[in-house]
Amino acid sequence: MSHHMLDARRLLCPMPVIRTQNKVNELQAGDTLEVTCTDPGALNDIPAWCRINGHKILETKKQNNEVIVLVEVCQS
Amino acid sequence: MILPLPLRVEGKLVSLRVLIDCKKVVASINEVARLKVKVARKSLTNTHANSGKIPSPSYQPEITMRQAKAVSLISGGLDSLLATKVVMEQGVHVEGINFFTGFCVEGHTHAIRKRHEDKPKRNNALWVAETLGIKLHIIDIVDEYKDVLLNPKHGYGANMNPCLDCKIFMVHKAQEWIEKNGFDFIITGEVVGQRPMSQRKDTMPVVARESGAEERLLRPLSAQNLPATLAEKQGWIKREQMHGFSGRNRKPQMALAEHYGFVDYASPAGGCCFLTDENYSKKLVDLWQARGKRDYEMDDIMLLKVGRHIRPRPHFKLIVGREEGENNFLQGYAKIFTSLKTTSHPGPLVLLDGVANDDDLLFAARIAARFSQGKMADKVVVETRRDNGEEKTFEVSPLPPTELKEEWHV
Ligand code: SF4
Repeated sequence: MSHHMLDARRLLCPMPVIRTQNKVNELQAGDTLEVTCTDPGALNDIPAWCRINGHKILETKKQNNEVIVLVEVCQS
Repeated sequence: MILPLPLRVEGKLVSLRVLIDCKKVVASINEVARLKVKVARKSLTNTHANSGKIPSPSYQPEITMRQAKAVSLISGGLDSLLATKVVMEQGVHVEGINFFTGFCVEGHTHAIRKRHEDKPKRNNALWVAETLGIKLHIIDIVDEYKDVLLNPKHGYGANMNPCLDCKIFMVHKAQEWIEKNGFDFIITGEVVGQRPMSQRKDTMPVVARESGAEERLLRPLSAQNLPATLAEKQGWIKREQMHGFSGRNRKPQMALAEHYGFVDYASPAGGCCFLTDENYSKKLVDLWQARGKRDYEMDDIMLLKVGRHIRPRPHFKLIVGREEGENNFLQGYAKIFTSLKTTSHPGPLVLLDGVANDDDLLFAARIAARFSQGKMADKVVVETRRDNGEEKTFEVSPLPPTELKEEWHV
């Protein structure tokens, strides 16, 4: 189990979702991924992608015009 | 539910009443399908498999009873939502695939423009997948798509939309995907006669052929108007449970949506991408003309979606933010481009794309002042910063409206 970071700042949706998807596909179940974005749309889109594909959202937060989404990779 | 179950016990017929949990039964049926259990039936001859005829109900071929798997091209619109649902209803395992070309209407404009803030920011392809309860794979094809847009073998539609080549390319990518992932066929929401270019009776076979998908491509909404494809021939899906929609009339789709209880689906007017938009296409052609070559980068496509584009001279154009959201977005490019901003009066951020000498920069400053709140003032202060970092401040008189020529607006 390991923790990973993904910088998706300055990317507009759906690019942050695509980057998250591609990163999650490289990780193992139990790993966590922290995605930082500037497009507020990511606050809806990344959790939606995770729900659809069976991964868990541990936390979402907005700070200083940035959106941070914490994903737990699950077996899917 | 309770079912009577007749049994023979020591030669006597007895009836047992059995309590059945329907959910578990369905689950076990699915499990059996997944385990690829072969159910022996009478043999299936290849003649039937290839004849295109649907076997009669009394004819029971030997088939491998495993759950067929299909990938569906999800654009986020109603047709792909319905086409996918039709196939899922027949017990096929479906996953969605969505291609991002960079020109998709989805997301970007909502993200950029503040005035869209009242609308929920949702990605329609994700919404469709969630509504259907299927996985969605979003594939970035921005780089590969360049060749499709710049050199379309079948030409463009009404604007810069290479729809036929685009469809062929996407189905081809889906074909590669199913080969890699062990899926059986591809679903699209195409309807015969719905779109002037890619969805005509004579061009739909072109998509199947040139994409390499051939009979692995199924269009459930129009299947009854088209020859049987592999999914039917293999018995994975029944022709009578698909549809025979054709033409531009959207009523059958709306009725089917109601039947399935789908509300709140997206119905983009012009199509799923900016290339069908006349103004966007003009800006793209203008960009190519000004640069003397047909090429683009991701940043170019993004910037064409934002702001007013004004070309006062052939060698440069100005991108003027129209509201706060656009100004914020353009700010992200302020270091890559030459930028202008009024400081004596509130005004938009203006980017200069191209080459500009000092006279050009001064002229651009007068135009920037024209779009500021100081447009009626005698003098407006404009700060400029060139892409090489050189900064200069001008005090200018805003360009009078009569001198801002209509034909400069791209
Ligand atoms: S509208 Fe755009 S995305 Fe849709 S088929 Fe045409 S070119 Fe492709």
